[in-house]
Amino acid sequence: MVARARPYLNRVLIDVHAHFLHDRTPRADWRERNASRLRAGERIGITVHVASILGSWGLTSPIYFSSPSDTTHGNDRMLALQCEHPDRIRGYVAVNPNFTGHALAEIARCMNAGMIGVKLAAARRADDPLLDPICRLAAERGAPVLHHIWQGRRREWPGQDASNGAELATLARRHPDVSFILAHIGGGGDWLDTLHVVRDVGNVYVDLSGSGVDGGMLETCVAAVGAPRLLWGCDLTLDTGWAKLRYLEHLLPPGDLELIRWQNAVRIFPPGAFPAD
Amino acid sequence: MRLDVNAFLGAYPWRRVPGTAPEAVLAAMDRVGLDEAWVSHLPGMFWKDPTEGNAWLLDAARHHRRLHPVLAVHPLLANWRDVLRQARGAGAPAVRADPTFYGIDPAASPMLALAAECGASGVPLVMSVRLEDLRGRHPNDRADDLPPWAVRRLLRAHPDVRILVMSADRGFIEEVHFGSTPEEARRCWWDIAWIWGPPEDHLATLLRTVGTERFVLGSGQPLRIPETSIARLDLLDLTPEQRALLEHGNAAALRGR
Repeated sequence: MVARARPYLNRVLIDVHAHFLHDRTPRADWRERNASRLRAGERIGITVHVASILGSWGLTSPIYFSSPSDTTHGNDRMLALQCEHPDRIRGYVAVNPNFTGHALAEIARCMNAGMIGVKLAAARRADDPLLDPICRLAAERGAPVLHHIWQGRRREWPGQDASNGAELATLARRHPDVSFILAHIGGGGDWLDTLHVVRDVGNVYVDLSGSGVDGGMLETCVAAVGAPRLLWGCDLTLDTGWAKLRYLEHLLPPGDLELIRWQNAVRIFPPGAFPAD
Repeated sequence: MRLDVNAFLGAYPWRRVPGTAPEAVLAAMDRVGLDEAWVSHLPGMFWKDPTEGNAWLLDAARHHRRLHPVLAVHPLLANWRDVLRQARGAGAPAVRADPTFYGIDPAASPMLALAAECGASGVPLVMSVRLEDLRGRHPNDRADDLPPWAVRRLLRAHPDVRILVMSADRGFIEEVHFGSTPEEARRCWWDIAWIWGPPEDHLATLLRTVGTERFVLGSGQPLRIPETSIARLDLLDLTPEQRALLEHGNAAALRGR
C-alpha cells in the first residue's frame, strides 16, 4: 500500500547522483540492490538515474582509490546498464586522476560510447593540479564533473583523500567553463561550511543527495546559491531524496521546483543527454 | 491515525534549527499528515538538570492536545522517582533519559535502577542513540552515540521494562535484538528515523527479520525533516494492517494499551 503518496508521474525528475553495483564487487546482493533502486525510482517518479560505478567497490582495489583495471571494468558495467535501460539510466565516467593517461582515455572512450559526465571521487584533492587535464577534457566535451565532497572536512579521514567545498571552489575558479556538481550536501559533515564557500562560485552546482535531512538545510541551500544552482539527487538513500523533494514542494514556487527537478540538469549536461531533450 | 514518537520542542544549542516552537511543529505535522506526536524538550537534554524543562513541556502539551509530553528524567538527580510519578500522573506516554548527553555511564547502576523502576511502575523508557550524524556535529558537541550494549543491559534490568530506542541504525538494532533473548527483545521498540530505505532496504530487511511489531514511526523533527520517515513508509510494500501498526498500533502496544 502507498498511503498519501504524491503522484509525480508524467513529470520529469532527474537523479544526478546515483550508483549501481555489479558482479565483481563485495556485494553478493548486487542484483537486488540495482533492482531496488530502479523499483523505488519508479515509485518516486525518477525518469533518469545519472549514475556511476566506483571500480570494484573495494573488492580488488579501494573504493576511492580504484585501480585502472577496476575503473575500466566499472565503467564497462555502467555502459552496459545504460544500454540495457536507455530510457532511464545515464552514466558518468568514473576516473582516478592519479593515472592521468588512463583517466583521459576513459573519458574519451566512455563519452564516445554515450556517457554524459565525469565522476571524480576521492583519489586526489580537488584543488590538485592533477585534476586540470581532466577538467580541460570535460570542458572540451561539454561534460559536467560530479565531485565527491566531505562537507566541511577539517582533518584526514581513512580510506579517502576527501575534498571539501573550498577545494572544489578552487578547482572551479581555475575552470570557469566547466560545471561542477558538488556531491551530496546531505552526505555527512558540515553543510553550512560548504554553502559559505561556494556561494559566489557560479559554476558550482549543489547536489541535494545524501542521507542527511537536517531541518534548515534545504532553506539554507536555497538562500546560499538559489534554485538555479541546485540539483536533485539521492546517492545511497532514495527515501531521503524523496523526502527532500516533498519538502521542496512546500518551500518553493513551482518554477523553482522544476529547475531543481530537472531543468538545471538539462542545462549543464551535454545537449541530447536525456530522452526529453 | 498517524503518530510521530520522536519529535522535539525548543531550541537546539549547536546550530540554528527552524520550526522548534509548538505551533511550528504542529504545522510541520499537518504538512506531512501526522495526527499526534510524542514530544521531548530539546534544550533540556543539554542542561545539568534536564527535568527543569518538564514544566514547560507539560504546559505546551496542555495547550496543544496533539502533543504528548515525554518527560526527562536523570538517574543521578534526587528527583528521579518523583519524575516517574509525575509522568504517570500526567498521562505521559513515556519518560526519557539520554545518558550520553547527560555525560553519565549509560549502563551503570543509576541507569539500571532507573530502568528497573520504569519496569516496575509501567512507564516506558525512551532513549536516543543520537541527534545528529557524528560527522556533522559542532566541534564541542562530543557526546558519544548511545552504545548497543547499554540497551541490552537495560533490557535485563527488570522483567517488565519497556524501552523505545530512537534513531538507531540497522547494525545497532540487529546487535540488540539478536543479542537479547526473545523475551527481552519483545520489550524493545525502535523508531524508523535512522533506518535506510532503498536501495539498501535496511528497513524492509528489519521488518522481515526483527518483526514489524517492533517498529514505530518517528522522525526526529524538527532536527530532521519529518517527510523522511513518511517517504520511507511509502517506499515499502505494506498491507494496510502493517502500515497501521507502524503508524500507531505498535506505539500503543509499547504503552501497554
